[in-house]
Amino acid sequence: MELLQPDLGLFVWTLIAFIAVFLILRKYAWGPILASLGEREKGIADSIASAERIKAEMATMQSEHQKLMVQAREERTQMLNEAKDLKDKIVNEAKDQAKNEASKIITEARVQIDHMKMAAMTEVKNEVASLALAVAEKVLRKNLSSDAEQSNYAKMLAEEVSLN
Amino acid sequence: MNRLFSLLVLVFALFVASFNASAQEEHLAPAEATHEAEAAKEPLNIKKIIFDHVGDAHEWHFMTIGHSHITAPLPVILYSPSNGLSVFSSSKFGHEGHRQVVDGQYILVDDHYKAEQIALGKDPIEVEKIKSGAIVTVDGSPVYDFSITKNVLSMLISVALLLWIMLSVAKKYKQNGSGVAPSGFQNALEPVITFVRDEVAVPNLGHKAHRFMPILLTFFFFIWINNLLGLIPGGANFTGNIAVTACLALITFIVMIIRANGHFWGHLLNPPGVPFGIKLLLVPIEIISLFIKPVALTIRLFANILAGHIIILSIVCMIFIFGAMSPVAGWGFSPVSVGFSIFMFFLELLVGAIQAFIFTTLTAVFIGQAVDEGHHGHEDAHHHHENEVIA
Repeated sequence: MELLQPDLGLFVWTLIAFIAVFLILRKYAWGPILASLGEREKGIADSIASAERIKAEMATMQSEHQKLMVQAREERTQMLNEAKDLKDKIVNEAKDQAKNEASKIITEARVQIDHMKMAAMTEVKNEVASLALAVAEKVLRKNLSSDAEQSNYAKMLAEEVSLN
Repeated sequence: MNRLFSLLVLVFALFVASFNASAQEEHLAPAEATHEAEAAKEPLNIKKIIFDHVGDAHEWHFMTIGHSHITAPLPVILYSPSNGLSVFSSSKFGHEGHRQVVDGQYILVDDHYKAEQIALGKDPIEVEKIKSGAIVTVDGSPVYDFSITKNVLSMLISVALLLWIMLSVAKKYKQNGSGVAPSGFQNALEPVITFVRDEVAVPNLGHKAHRFMPILLTFFFFIWINNLLGLIPGGANFTGNIAVTACLALITFIVMIIRANGHFWGHLLNPPGVPFGIKLLLVPIEIISLFIKPVALTIRLFANILAGHIIILSIVCMIFIFGAMSPVAGWGFSPVSVGFSIFMFFLELLVGAIQAFIFTTLTAVFIGQAVDEGHHGHEDAHHHHENEVIA
């Protein structure tokens, strides 16, 4: 069969051409093409990986955020409660203090009133005594001739006193 | 658009074939006018047409109109130890039936020459062994033919095309870098390149795949583009030529032998864990299988492409076989023939890609075996056998 007899010329030309094509393409085509294909694939893989990472980070950040929110809310409630308690306490204290003060003032006033009353009474007593003495002195000093004169005089003194 | 193109291709193929056939008829008419019965022996001529189409030639024959052949002469480059190098145009040999001796010593072998030799008293069996279309010397001294034949020119065209496509695409990659999305022809090539990498190289070569990517890609695209160019009517049957496939297989074999590691040779020449008696049997078988690999590669590609070409030509030629019986039968059969041819063209488009893929895959498998470190040797061997069966 003629078809099964290889031609030397064709064999040699094929060998030369194939090796030349291989060397040229390896240097100028396959190298750059495969390099940039690999680079691009790596880039895509990296992008996907970083996207995943960012997603995960976002998720953790969100949960943290939520936790913070809950915590803040709790803190706010606590602070409000504390403030309320404090307010109540202050108001109560103030009330107590006012009450105490008031009762103290009242007591003092009462004591003073008593005091004054006593002083006034003493003064009145003294006055009455001195008046009585003066009246008695005047009565004694004046020579009382008659009973009528006597009683008139006493009346006049008494009127004087009441006028005072 | 593709369909239209295929149709055009087919119509052109029919024209080429039809002109050839009619030329054959006319050619024979005067010589064998007295033997009308013999002149009607179409099958003989059909065989010649087909074998002329699938074979190599020193000129590129496009068509024959009446008695005028439309051919492109190609350069003939000969080296003979006694006469040195000689370069001349193939047109110097004249046309078929009017052959001339060039430089007083070089003869293009054809049927006429063979008949002459037999008439001179040479052994007919020996004469038949001389290849038609080969160049011999008058005195029988050896001559080595390095001509730019039809196949060589076709290969050079495809190589130019391949270099142009790949270098322009590579330029784009260099310009755009890896950040820009591929555009234009990059889109067509990128899936093929990644296919070769991910489906051919990586499964068979593992982490060593990147080292063999250039040779695998070159094999794939070189075979594919030549398969496709071979399908163009008037084109050469380059990958269906045994010299070509043998050359490619030899390259695979050499790469395999050079890259083979100690583990491979160890398993080949001294299989571990095998009794001595069986070793005596196994080692020769292993050595034979080493050489059968490139032979299988050679024959697989050669036979597949050649068969496709012969089938298409045969289907087209059936029109003329029927036409020789009666013109009505010829016309009547032509739609059937055209239909079959269209089907075969599509099949051959597929086969062209598949054979390129198989050649590349088997190359990867063979190299993979040679560079295997031996961690999963048995798995690989198994895999390899499966592949062989499929191919």
